[in-house]
Amino acid sequence: MDITFLWNLVTIAIMLGILVGLAGPLTWAERRQSAMIQDRIGPNRAGIDLFGRRITILGLMHPIADAIKMISKEDTMNLRVDRFLFNIAPIISLVPALVTFAVVPYGPDLVIGDYVLPLQVARVDAGVLYIFAVSSLAVFGVTLAGYASSSRLAMMGGLRASAQMISYEVAMGMSLMGLFLVYGTLEPYAMVLEQGELLWGWLPAWGIFVQPVAFVLFLTAAIAENKRIPFDLAEGESEIVGYFVEYSGMKFGMFFMAEYIEVIVIAGLTTTFFFGGWQVPYLMDAGVAGMSQAGFVFPGGATLEVGNVLATILRIGSFFVKLFFFLWFQLTLRWTLPRFRYDQVMDLGWKKLLPVSLLNLVVTAAVVLAIS
Amino acid sequence: MTETATKAAPAAGPKQGTIRIKKVSHDMDVQDRMFVPAIASGLGATVRHFFKNLFGKEKYTATIQYPEQQAVYPERFRGMHRLVPREDGAPRCVACFMCQTACPARCIHIVGGETDDERIEKFPLVFEIDELRCVVCGLCVEACPCDAIRMDTGIHPKPVYEREDGDFGKNDLLGILGRHEDGSSRDKTAPPPTAAGTGRKVRAEGDRGAGGAAGGYEAPKTKGQPFGDNAY
Repeated sequence: MDITFLWNLVTIAIMLGILVGLAGPLTWAERRQSAMIQDRIGPNRAGIDLFGRRITILGLMHPIADAIKMISKEDTMNLRVDRFLFNIAPIISLVPALVTFAVVPYGPDLVIGDYVLPLQVARVDAGVLYIFAVSSLAVFGVTLAGYASSSRLAMMGGLRASAQMISYEVAMGMSLMGLFLVYGTLEPYAMVLEQGELLWGWLPAWGIFVQPVAFVLFLTAAIAENKRIPFDLAEGESEIVGYFVEYSGMKFGMFFMAEYIEVIVIAGLTTTFFFGGWQVPYLMDAGVAGMSQAGFVFPGGATLEVGNVLATILRIGSFFVKLFFFLWFQLTLRWTLPRFRYDQVMDLGWKKLLPVSLLNLVVTAAVVLAIS
Repeated sequence: MTETATKAAPAAGPKQGTIRIKKVSHDMDVQDRMFVPAIASGLGATVRHFFKNLFGKEKYTATIQYPEQQAVYPERFRGMHRLVPREDGAPRCVACFMCQTACPARCIHIVGGETDDERIEKFPLVFEIDELRCVVCGLCVEACPCDAIRMDTGIHPKPVYEREDGDFGKNDLLGILGRHEDGSSRDKTAPPPTAAGTGRKVRAEGDRGAGGAAGGYEAPKTKGQPFGDNAY
């Protein structure tokens, strides 16, 4: 069998491992972190009794308990629902969240002998377009869930959610246009390579420095797309009845999981586009500044060779440090901001984010034209 | 954006008949519309709390992990009632009915009996407190002339499954220690805390309140209902 095919299976397994493996602990992190922010302690009770001691691992048993609860719960269903759509809606919600991560590179290419093994599931030239195409499919899951539930409240929730998601998709797409102009590519791995350059010899050419406005716009639009606070008008847990009000058991759990996987995807995309992906500042490949192997080249001209293996490990670690930072940041943001009114959400999307992103695009285009 | 308007002609000081109105505008200025500065300052507060509660030595968190840790009640907390025993173990109570009279919830039920002891003459045959009716006002403690009933136990009445288990009888109430009592002062060899010295046999099986043996006792018929006319 072809080794690239086998390696593809490995990268897919790693990707699903990251997404599904992190989604559970993320629900724990959300609850513990909100507790820390609100001067509480948070979940720390669930556990198993082993050898006369209660094993709770700081409350990390709670996601396991949640999963067991979700799976073993009765799957209730309204008699009048459209069964096919009702059953398929959670899947349509979950799958786009799972596959969006496929184009995100979480490390540099591994060169082992003659083989070049990419740490990325799919390297497609239209990478970013793929992200937009797939993530816009998620709106179908939401709308279908609202429609198929045969419940007025779910229907209203589905309409709210779909309107919001479609609105913010526009601003999200526009906010990244500037990046395409600057980097001249749609492929995330190539964009990450571009971000390894230095501006004026000392500033890493990360997206945040090249396109600071786009960063704010993208993060805002992405969080709105994910329907989290402050944009959680589609479904507000205890306050607003949303599109999955008729769901129970693991079908509800799939909507819930989709949200947390989306959080991870947003963190991964933000890292890739704006924070240099797996790049470590000043860590260059062999051959730069006369180095025989990979190492740091500091602005003063000093070099520090660290070796290719260590450099690769540092770069993969760098990606995950940034990823975890943005997971943390999104959770903190959620527990900081109050909820918008629905008209404010629409105002922000259409009257503020969209014009600002268009302006950003025009200015970027002018600057790129002037420089080249 | 605020603005002060006066209805009358502006004068040096507030005159009579002058109303000062403060108009508050809810328009947002440019800084408010951008959201970002406000969000940044909000993030500052949450991040500060997060890190201080996670790593700081002095935390904001004031959680008491309930079953393992318990809050210390204030010294004058009115807990469950108890009957204070004399040296021989019998209650100090002389069945004067002061507490029963003072009780606004009518939760105390006393049946008095005679004793040959000339110092006290009367003793309680039955002393029951319905802790479910009790409003924890402490008037019974104030009313007692003998310091026989106290609320210094610092505990709550136990939860019960049956209403009648909320009736705590004489032996139940005698068995409860005060908050700072360690029980060593009590004479374990003393006769059971009943009608000491009278020879009368009262409630041999203990009381029927929570923790006591249930049943086996029927309240002697007295004039009228024991809890008064508005009992229920």
